[in-house]
Amino acid sequence: MHMADALISPVVGAGGWAATLGLAGYSARIIKKKIEEPNIALMGVGAAFVFAAQMINFSIPGTGSSGHLGGGLILAALLGPHAAYLAMASILTIQALFFADGGLLSLGCNVFNLAFFPCFLAYPLLFRRLTGGTPSRARLSWVSVVTAVVGLQLGAMAVVIETQLSGISALPLREFLLLMLPIHLAIGVVEGLATAAVLMFVHQARPDVLHFTEAKPPSSKPLIFGLLGCAVLVGAVVSWFASGQPDGLEWSMEKTSGSAELESPDTAVYSTAADVQKKVSFLPDYKLPNNDETVTVENENTASSWPAVDVGTSLSGIVGIALTLLLAGLIGLGIRRRSSVQNQS
Amino acid sequence: MGKLADSVVAIGNLDLLSYSDSFIHRLDARSKLLVTLAYLITVVSWNRYAIWPLIPLASYPLVLGLSGHVPAREVFKRLLFAAPFVVLVGIFNPVFDTAPFAEVMGVSISAGWISFLSILIRFVLTVSATLVLIAVTGMDPLCSAAEKLGAPRIFVMQLAFLYRYLFVLILTALRMIRAAEMRSFNRSRLSVSHFGSLVGHLLLRTVDRAQRIHVAMCARGFNGCFPQRRPMRFTVRDFGFAVVWLLFFATIRFSDLVTTIGQLVLRGLG
Repeated sequence: MHMADALISPVVGAGGWAATLGLAGYSARIIKKKIEEPNIALMGVGAAFVFAAQMINFSIPGTGSSGHLGGGLILAALLGPHAAYLAMASILTIQALFFADGGLLSLGCNVFNLAFFPCFLAYPLLFRRLTGGTPSRARLSWVSVVTAVVGLQLGAMAVVIETQLSGISALPLREFLLLMLPIHLAIGVVEGLATAAVLMFVHQARPDVLHFTEAKPPSSKPLIFGLLGCAVLVGAVVSWFASGQPDGLEWSMEKTSGSAELESPDTAVYSTAADVQKKVSFLPDYKLPNNDETVTVENENTASSWPAVDVGTSLSGIVGIALTLLLAGLIGLGIRRRSSVQNQS
Repeated sequence: MGKLADSVVAIGNLDLLSYSDSFIHRLDARSKLLVTLAYLITVVSWNRYAIWPLIPLASYPLVLGLSGHVPAREVFKRLLFAAPFVVLVGIFNPVFDTAPFAEVMGVSISAGWISFLSILIRFVLTVSATLVLIAVTGMDPLCSAAEKLGAPRIFVMQLAFLYRYLFVLILTALRMIRAAEMRSFNRSRLSVSHFGSLVGHLLLRTVDRAQRIHVAMCARGFNGCFPQRRPMRFTVRDFGFAVVWLLFFATIRFSDLVTTIGQLVLRGLG
């Protein structure tokens, strides 16, 4: 459920990056403060472990399909929430760079969805509280499933919200939620079972390597932080809905679905946002002088309508584009020639 | 376990490409990273029905890829691999967004199809730019660039660690899987309990390995940062690279130069 660059808007991407960088800075500070000599090797190699382990499949009895490990929970159980958050972020970075899973711009959102919820909410608030210090096998396994499910559901919900706010996909909120949540409920159960199987083995063999078996009970600080995080999240989401509703069709859809807080706010913030939106979302008219066939999209109910759109496949646009790309190709080949000549000489 | 082997090949190929030498490879990683981010922002800043203005932006991955000797096959392979999620979400646009948008030769096209096409173009542009960036820069320079640009050091270091040990861990996992398969006759997939002990063993080995690495690093005087292979210097060339591309993006974004050129050429021809 990695968000892709193709589906997000710059504002949502920047928001995700801001949240992710803030949390990364916070985690790095905590790690430095708590541990005088942080074991970076364990963090890095632990992340590599999750990367490799996620590609090992097991069969799900009675279905014929297969499942694999989820990353956030097992890393949190191994490294503690702060180091696990950074390790997950690095896994997602590698996936974005080498596998095109997600993208650089959506990396902030992806880290938030897949690392923040399991590491900072589900693990300290559910897993540690429910397992206690030395859990039984049965307890460890149902707690793992519950934690994995909750973490993944929150992440899936965040994906839906971010996609909606970006306004690139036309999927209505309700349908998108109905699509995402059940799928991720099933995935969460499977990932939870896989995590439980691994944790049970390790807990039996070497309980000392696991983070949650430390005698010290969890402090209430993560709880306060978690609640604060929720409050900020909700606040940010609601305010985004109020101010930057990205486009008209989406807008009217939301209105017909009858949600009360989606009323059009008539405030200065809204009109400024709409102005900015107008300025950055123009579509140039690709039109030959005598071509009058224009088709307009009607956007009632919105301040951010764009100018009349002419999609006549006008020649000048195509010629211009072709020339630009040709020029780009020639420049690329030219530089390549030159640098290989330099290398030979 | 084709997936494991595939990923080794995938990362290995991109990694090998980053060691070749060209004008683009020699540029400072910070310059390339910042320009690529600006590029991605330019691509996604268009509204959801934009198609034509996006296409000239293909110039950026094109120039970088061609001058950096990045084989197109590598990029396309990875594009296909990553496409499903985007296509799955995008394909609902024609379903829910049925307002008529344009008429081409008597056939009405709904707005949803236009925005779906726009999503596909965005996908190709953003993904190819990212892949080309890593292929002409390499992971280590990108890590140093991220640190120089303000990413927390502890994060950057463990990212470098992850990258260095990915191959080792994946190959270890591959060997364990192969051993399990050879001992389980015709059952091709693991049961949950076998999975638990197999991956658990992998985890324990990982912890031990990390401990050995940590001790070895401390014994060799690790002081909290990796030494640089070559010092990073932001030269006039890097500055020029950034300025030229930023001007190009701004021109495409805020003016209609491409169409004007097309009109001039057409007028010149006829």
